[in-house]
Amino acid sequence: MAVPAIAVEQLSQWELPEQQIGLWSDALQRFRRNRLAIAGAALVVLLVLIAFGSPLLVHLGIIHDPLRQNVDFIEANPGQNGYVLGADQLGRDTLSRLLFGSQISLAVGILVQAIILPIGLAIGLTAGYFGGRIDNLLMRFTDIWYAFPDLLFVLVVVSVFGPSLITIFGAIALVNWVGLARLVRGQVLSIKEKEFIEAARSSGSAPAKLILKHLLPNSLGPIIVTLTFGIPNAIFLEAILSFLGVGIQPPTATWGQMVFDGYEAIYANPSSVVFPALAIGFTLLAFSFVGDGLRDALDPRMRR
Amino acid sequence: MRGALLPAQLAAITSTRTGSLAIFIVRRILWMVPILFFVILITFSLMHLAPGSPWDKEGGRQLSDTVVNNLNIRYGLNKPVTQQFFLYISSVIHFDFGLSYQYQNKTVSGLLLESWPYTATIGVLAFLLIIPVGVSLGVLAALRQNTRIDYITMGFATVAASFPNFVIGALMVVVFGVLSYKATGGNFYLPTAGFALDDHLIMPVLTLALLPIAYTARLTRASTLEAIRQDFVRTAWAKGLPERLVVIRHVLKNSLIPVVTTLGPTFAFLVTGSVIVETVFSIPGIGRAFVVAIESRDYPMILGTTVLFSLVIAVANLVVDVAYVFIDPRVRLT
Repeated sequence: MAVPAIAVEQLSQWELPEQQIGLWSDALQRFRRNRLAIAGAALVVLLVLIAFGSPLLVHLGIIHDPLRQNVDFIEANPGQNGYVLGADQLGRDTLSRLLFGSQISLAVGILVQAIILPIGLAIGLTAGYFGGRIDNLLMRFTDIWYAFPDLLFVLVVVSVFGPSLITIFGAIALVNWVGLARLVRGQVLSIKEKEFIEAARSSGSAPAKLILKHLLPNSLGPIIVTLTFGIPNAIFLEAILSFLGVGIQPPTATWGQMVFDGYEAIYANPSSVVFPALAIGFTLLAFSFVGDGLRDALDPRMRR
Repeated sequence: MRGALLPAQLAAITSTRTGSLAIFIVRRILWMVPILFFVILITFSLMHLAPGSPWDKEGGRQLSDTVVNNLNIRYGLNKPVTQQFFLYISSVIHFDFGLSYQYQNKTVSGLLLESWPYTATIGVLAFLLIIPVGVSLGVLAALRQNTRIDYITMGFATVAASFPNFVIGALMVVVFGVLSYKATGGNFYLPTAGFALDDHLIMPVLTLALLPIAYTARLTRASTLEAIRQDFVRTAWAKGLPERLVVIRHVLKNSLIPVVTTLGPTFAFLVTGSVIVETVFSIPGIGRAFVVAIESRDYPMILGTTVLFSLVIAVANLVVDVAYVFIDPRVRLT
């Protein structure tokens, strides 16, 4: 009994959607629908533009040099003599210091993730893939690391090795890799049991290929989300160090340092605390909105 | 066989719930030992890796060799490093953290004893605030899901959860200290610095508690939303119980379970948060003492504070883990 050709045609038309939607374009679509995430992403893009553009603005003479002191305008209030947001205790322009401060915050947020990524991947993949005694050893190690209060650890490291950029970035990375390592391990453990891994293994894939071709790409979503949430966390730790006076050293403009400096003269010029404080707050808020959006977009369990 | 247990006896004990609970608690307590050991080891090693000696003066005149020698003897720094480490461990067990570098006639434990009441007062008050406020906000938002109350509560929680506490503290000082002082000519404002058992406590406690309150509210909202969709809640409604009773007797019990697990991290947050809050509001507690020790490289004080903080956090986590087993009988003891 032959199946009528027309039926086959109809069937194939019905079964195949006109356009295949892949994981990433689907995630992008869902991210776009999330208004808060888009607002957060817009703010992040703005920050990046500011971070790269502020030297140009100084060059063009639109804003003051963030390091130039003017003794006549110490603690100037906003709006005085071309100081749109006022000036600090050394007569430096608050607006341009605020704009330049974004450089440090973004650099800390992103570079720390760049340090964390290889450490977390190496430890998480090893523990998850090989399991057994290696897993046990590595996980007990991360447990102990996790028990160390992270702010205290960063403060201790910075106090011992001095507040250089490398020390600060390194110390923040050292307390933050644990989360990523645990996540990668968990992902590997659950993906390892799936049929397609079994298939790849039985068709003779080497462990390295299995890890790079199958385990890693399939856990990419949660890794991206974790790294995104790591950015505000790193920015936050750097700001606290600067606020406590043991962060990146003056005269470099950092938001935490600006809050710290402004605090000394809070009654004379409260705006010198308010603007950098709000800059830190909204930056962290923006990154956490982006993180929330990415999590909802990339988590297949949320799919309806 | 005095003292030792036969394998069969051990198996019999672990097979009962009480027996496995006891073993769980003992194992949890023993797990604290390696954690504290490594915390001390890491901090101790970091300090001995520090370049230079603690007696180096920045710029200026250096101390003479005789003085440095005497100082080394006084602080036990002339002994081999491993011996120093084990001496330190054994003295920590007796709550002796050695002498401070910064105040050379004071012991670290003396300094800690002086400053802990401030930290404890603010920490305990914040802790007492977190559960009732956070849980009520969360339950309220869940019961009024997708209404204005829900949006406002969760909007507040989202902002409070992302703003670091020193930023919140600084902004509060500006609003309730500086601006309200200026606006009312000094009639109404909250004190912005110092410690006293009056309105001095309001801003520090709020600053410390705000972030955990926000987390608790978000978590409670999620768990309450899950709980109110359960069959037994529908039954409670069907019986004609008033909303108050449905919420208190049936919903709350279940929505509180996940909140308990966050109490450990919350406690850790309060302990490390004291470092920030005490700096913002000039309170002479342990957190402030830690920052001063960091600035002046007072290593024995840094080490002592780190050990104390880690111990407090480890004990809090232990208590929470054990409490959780009692609260939620479904938990498996592994």
